[in-house]
Amino acid sequence: MSADTIHVRLNGKPREIQPGHTVHSLLESLDLRAGMVVVELNLEILGRDSYAECQVQEGDTIELVHFVGGG
Amino acid sequence: MTQNATATESAHGLDGPLEIGGIEFTSRLIVGTGKYADNEVMMEAIRASGTEMVTVAVRRVDLDRSKEEAILHHLDPDEFFLLANTAGCYSAEDAIRYARLARAAGFNEFVKLEVIGDETTLLPDVHATLEAAKTLSDEGFKVMAYTNDDLITALRLEDAGCVAVMPLASPIGSGLGVVNPYFIREIKRRLEVPVIVDAGVGTASDACVTMEQGVDGVLMNTALAAADDPVRMSHAMRHAIVAGRLAFLAGRMPSREIAVPSSPTTGMLD
Repeated sequence: MSADTIHVRLNGKPREIQPGHTVHSLLESLDLRAGMVVVELNLEILGRDSYAECQVQEGDTIELVHFVGGG
Repeated sequence: MTQNATATESAHGLDGPLEIGGIEFTSRLIVGTGKYADNEVMMEAIRASGTEMVTVAVRRVDLDRSKEEAILHHLDPDEFFLLANTAGCYSAEDAIRYARLARAAGFNEFVKLEVIGDETTLLPDVHATLEAAKTLSDEGFKVMAYTNDDLITALRLEDAGCVAVMPLASPIGSGLGVVNPYFIREIKRRLEVPVIVDAGVGTASDACVTMEQGVDGVLMNTALAAADDPVRMSHAMRHAIVAGRLAFLAGRMPSREIAVPSSPTTGMLD
């Protein structure tokens, strides 16, 4: 565990990421297009216009969801 | 290019549009996008069905393989009206959470509300469905509620503000067809909002019989996806939905357990 990472829970799994990420840059680092996913941060749905300002913090629980096939 | 048989019928003034929550549809068939062996077959089947509305599910992005599983990589939201579902939810709270996530995707405020109460039969938890329907309708959602073939629940869902009530023909994925046509007819007779039969249709005759009960439409997934040839079955279903609808509108002859000759009984030779 190094001091230059923060710990988040991302889609149900613990993950270490670089500090200083916004939601926008996190999606970019995961190669996800903002228009294709919906972000829930600590059980609150984030509007797409807030991705660039919203900082990812130590201990955050992040859910990234999208549409898949279903009936 | 697939000819839309429903559109043809409509153009000849034989049937009107299906209106749900202020939106008009020409096709009375809504199809799901689950369980297809591959996405190309799925898209060909969806187009063959003539549908204008398709259901999708909300799930976590699989961060290892997001490109292939995202349905919008294959399905153009400008071509089809997306109806997000709350499939897999077992409580009102979960269904509300999934519906809000779906709406945040930014396509529309419609949701196919589904709250399951039992893992074996996948029958709906009607109490939780009703609770979620009230909350979501209050939040401005246009709720299309999956429910069982119970008239009282259907009436309560309509009262709760649902824009469509969707009783099952038989359990999800069972392919058993309409097990209780009387209750389906009774629900249709008593509700003002559209009644869409959702789940249980197995083959074209099931779809036709369902539409002959007078309901406004049918939603199906497995009957297409699990057919040996989904594209051919989708064509069959498109015809069956139109056939059943027109037969209902036409009004069938009385059935009777005696034979009545069709040709004149007079003028016979000695």
